[in-house]
Amino acid sequence: MTVDSLANPELAEIEVHGITRSSLLIRGALAASAVYGTSAVGPFVSSALAQGAASGDLEILNFALTLEYLESDFYNAKGREVGLSGQARAYAKVFGEQEQQHVLALTAAIKQLGGTPVKKPTFVFPAKDEKSFLALASTLENTGVGAYNGAGPSLKSKQVLAEAGGIVQVEARHAAAIDLLIGSSPTPSGGFDVPIEKPKVLAAVMPLIKG
Amino acid sequence: MSAQPEQEVALQPAGIIERLVRDDVDRKRFLKATGGAGAASFATFVMAACGSGKSKSSGTAATATQARSQSAGDIAILNYALTLEYLETQFYEKVIASDLFTGKVGSLVKDFGEQEKTHVEAIEGAVQKLGGTPVTPPTGRFPIVSAAQVAQLAYTVENLGAAAYLGQAANIKNPEVLASALAIHSVEARHAATLGTLVHKSITPDGAFAKPAEMATVLAAVKPFLA
Repeated sequence: MTVDSLANPELAEIEVHGITRSSLLIRGALAASAVYGTSAVGPFVSSALAQGAASGDLEILNFALTLEYLESDFYNAKGREVGLSGQARAYAKVFGEQEQQHVLALTAAIKQLGGTPVKKPTFVFPAKDEKSFLALASTLENTGVGAYNGAGPSLKSKQVLAEAGGIVQVEARHAAAIDLLIGSSPTPSGGFDVPIEKPKVLAAVMPLIKG
Repeated sequence: MSAQPEQEVALQPAGIIERLVRDDVDRKRFLKATGGAGAASFATFVMAACGSGKSKSSGTAATATQARSQSAGDIAILNYALTLEYLETQFYEKVIASDLFTGKVGSLVKDFGEQEKTHVEAIEGAVQKLGGTPVTPPTGRFPIVSAAQVAQLAYTVENLGAAAYLGQAANIKNPEVLASALAIHSVEARHAATLGTLVHKSITPDGAFAKPAEMATVLAAVKPFLA
């Protein structure tokens, strides 16, 4: 399989042992990202993404990027400012690194689709200690899960969907871990996570965006 | 620094699916509140999937007609997911019956078992709604030896389940089926992460990007658990 084969969009939909060529490509890219880092993936993903990803996908990706900026800044900058300890500190370190990887991956995907990544906003987080930090972490992670799940069916590109799926699963894992730590249910919506539409996500995060 | 009250960051209330299924007024309010085809179809689909066939929703008929034309592949995927959900449900039933877990962990295990059961019911309904026949439940065979061993097995099973859903997301044609699969996918991930904390294994074993698993890989992995 070569990247050139994707010059024919219809080839992308040909099933090879039950999976499409293009989803194979993305999976390969994600595997590569694990080994070589996200920066190595950009050109590889680009060819896969260039098929059929409409401007709607770019908008969704930029929206997701904003949420990832927010989460990354929260765990990294705000986490340091608040001064965390023990398990909270350990989670903030790992989750902060992973959110930053999401930022890099989404930025690369947007560029490769021919879009312009949104600039990182300035955030203000209403957390003053570990307790309020973790409470806000729970809200942000659970909102992130709902946002990705809400946007998923609107994505035109199956490749973008596969990539978003790989990210939302990690957000859900973060959410569960944080919720357990604060004594909340790791499954706040029971058996089915509730998708959250963009306007509701925006309403939730706008108070945290300073400019 | 203009501190905003945290309650402005509002989430959907828990248990909304159950209320949607039960309560038509609530359902309409949900559709109005969330807006957008995705949420509307999701609710319609879950309603249908949960056997609320008495709904007068005009969207249901149209959705069903559209779904039927492209449903063969989706039915196969749903039946595959159903097989895994049957196994997970049977596994948790055995674990709960074993009384190996008490207290907080015991109640988490019960919650997870019940949630797997709701997945089974939803997917059975979805398969029927698409005009298919739900697969016959497999008979699972799970080693139940000790709390540590069972927790480890549960961690493995849930990670596999999450990877299995992720592996199918891009293959699903029907947006309602996709919305429902995504809603289940992230719950399996929550289960996996919770069990990870119990067995002191990674919450995010694949790092920042969860890896999908192909159907063949998953079916090979569950084969030892089939009687």
